[in-house]
Amino acid sequence: MPELSVIEAVRETMRSEMRRDSSIILMGEDVGHRGGVFLASDGFVEEFGEDRVIDTPLAESSICGVALGAAVNGMRPIAEIQFADFVWPAINQLVGEAARVRYGTNGVKTAPMTVRVPYGGGVRGGLYHSQSIEVLFAHTPGLSVVAPATPYDAKGLLTTALRSNDPVIVLEHKRTYRLAKGEVPEEEYSIPIGQAEVKREGSDISLVTYGLMLHYSLQAAEMAAGQGIDVEVVDLRTLRPIDAKTIISSVSKTGKALIVQEDTPATSVSSEVAAIIGENCFFDLDGPITRLGPPEIPPMPFSPVQEAAFMPSPEKILDAIARLAAI
Amino acid sequence: MAYEIVLPHVGESVTEAVISKWLKSTGDSIEKYEPLVEVITDKVNMDVPAPESGVLGEILVNEGDTVAMGAVIARMETGGAGPAGSDSKPSSSRIGTLVQGANVGPTGGEFTDTSLSTAPAPASEDAAPISESGSRNYSPVVTRLAAKHGIDLSTVTGTGLGGRVTKKDVLTALESGGSAQPTTSSEEDQVIEPTPIRKMIAEHMVRSVSEIPHAWSAIEVDVTGLVQWRDKNRSEFEASNGVKLTYFPIMLQVVANSLRQNPKLNSSWQEGKIVVKGQINVGVAVASAAGLVVPVVNNADKADLSGISRTFTDLVTKARDNKLDVSDVQGGTFTLNNTGALGSVWGGAIINHPQAAILTTESIVKRPVIISDPTGDSIAVRSMMNMCLSFDHRIIDGAEASEFLQSVKSGIESITADSELK
Repeated sequence: MPELSVIEAVRETMRSEMRRDSSIILMGEDVGHRGGVFLASDGFVEEFGEDRVIDTPLAESSICGVALGAAVNGMRPIAEIQFADFVWPAINQLVGEAARVRYGTNGVKTAPMTVRVPYGGGVRGGLYHSQSIEVLFAHTPGLSVVAPATPYDAKGLLTTALRSNDPVIVLEHKRTYRLAKGEVPEEEYSIPIGQAEVKREGSDISLVTYGLMLHYSLQAAEMAAGQGIDVEVVDLRTLRPIDAKTIISSVSKTGKALIVQEDTPATSVSSEVAAIIGENCFFDLDGPITRLGPPEIPPMPFSPVQEAAFMPSPEKILDAIARLAAI
Repeated sequence: MAYEIVLPHVGESVTEAVISKWLKSTGDSIEKYEPLVEVITDKVNMDVPAPESGVLGEILVNEGDTVAMGAVIARMETGGAGPAGSDSKPSSSRIGTLVQGANVGPTGGEFTDTSLSTAPAPASEDAAPISESGSRNYSPVVTRLAAKHGIDLSTVTGTGLGGRVTKKDVLTALESGGSAQPTTSSEEDQVIEPTPIRKMIAEHMVRSVSEIPHAWSAIEVDVTGLVQWRDKNRSEFEASNGVKLTYFPIMLQVVANSLRQNPKLNSSWQEGKIVVKGQINVGVAVASAAGLVVPVVNNADKADLSGISRTFTDLVTKARDNKLDVSDVQGGTFTLNNTGALGSVWGGAIINHPQAAILTTESIVKRPVIISDPTGDSIAVRSMMNMCLSFDHRIIDGAEASEFLQSVKSGIESITADSELK
């Protein structure tokens, strides 16, 4: 079984799915002759041609709007947003339109489109190349939002997205693109949307997370094990719909919950996870539901020192684990 | 202040009650806990006491009316500032106590509504400030586990922040047998770790009761003849056999013969089939210091009286000295239990799984009994004994059980002072 990085898993999945299904097209800024700024579509324009791999103007509203029009008319477009920070002009097309196609047409039309959104920081990207934008999409009924953190999950969830008949936002953390490597089967497989996974079993604390923070959390959990604290790490994988069952089962077992995310905590995915735990696990809780995230400031700072201060790190997560364990 | 009197909840399945009689009228002054109104529910009839001292105001529900539990049934005026203070003390008769705005929580705790209070609640002895000790901050799971397992949290050592009792502390206390620091006060509940034999008996009993549908039957036996026979033959028997002559071996012999005539009583329900046992091996329940043991008299229908007596005496001695080996307690097909030795006159024994029945012989007591003969009825002093049978209703119906009991009865009652028992 080959070992791939996340970006390689994304590329190979898109390639094999485009070979399998000619209705899949890819459109976005520099996805064609440049092969994408992260090289996700390196070599695609040579293999599939300019009709299926389309370089677009710097206009996210039109990328998503055209993709939506194509999807409603029978194609399966992949819209690539170059950086999540640029997605805001497309919000009306995605939240206002794509999410409502099935409902608005009483199921006559659907929008089988995949929007790939490289997001997240810790890459010295500064104010315009580091944002976590998931919460707006995760709040929107009619959209599915997945956030695979490993190469295996990237292939499985992207495959599901490309075969889905409804719009799926695929959040790819930029830092994981080349950081996270793992074995990926060559054969086809898919991972259902809405299924979290326990990435590490433990009995003392449930750590619920997603994206890059999964990797930092797994490192922190290993360090915590050295201190005699047994941490269970739950990878959400899907942010809408959130897999409440897996969260409830884990927290009911451990009695303590720590939610770690890179996005600012107020009114965020961690708020939702905390609500799920509060509503369902009250009588099993042995400590306050705890959240760890960056400070509530508008952007990810550009200064390396400040960026490090902003981002949760394995050390900061370990500290939060130790404090919750001691309560 | 104005106070609403509500009909208290008396049990989870009781949803309404009928107001039977108001014991006070509007304008009457009432003392706290004084009976205020009689109510009737389908479970209990009770007097609802006054929740506070004061003056009864408007009565909202007429006699004869049906009211939902928790409904406001009257109003009163109290002299005090509010319901706090003394109300926060747990009442020993909470079921009949009305606490303003209060419900009884799922774990029996009171949630007192202090929103009506206009003055700060007076300090009360048993309401120590929570900040005094971190161990008073119990998390939901700790509270739930303690309630479920009956653990007194004040006896559990907290290892959490500020001495907080954590979930782990409760689980540790639970594993170590109830509480981490058992107190020595004699008023405290004592937790005893069962001995292995106690555990085995417990498992055996649970298995029997949960697997076997028990049914019961009892019969009265006139043992006057048996008593007379024993009195007459006792000294000679004991001289020639070297063991005491008791009633039990004789009854055991009679029972073994009745089992031969009623083989279904000597059987076992095994995997949906009735297995009628070829041998009649009667287990005899013996109370030893360690617990109940049941040594077995094998082939009880074939042995003579002196043989049974010797075997029986031998087994009882071994049981009391804790010297029984496995072969002594295996292979029983029926059990006889002499509960009468303990003064009992009736019992509903649990069958010795996987047997089909167990018979108890109860106390022999002298009673006036009406004897009927052709010359008429007369009252005589007779020695009487009850025998109680528990049987597996999958195998045996009441008719067969009675047939067996009648057979034992006639077997015993046929014995007279002059019988030649072997």
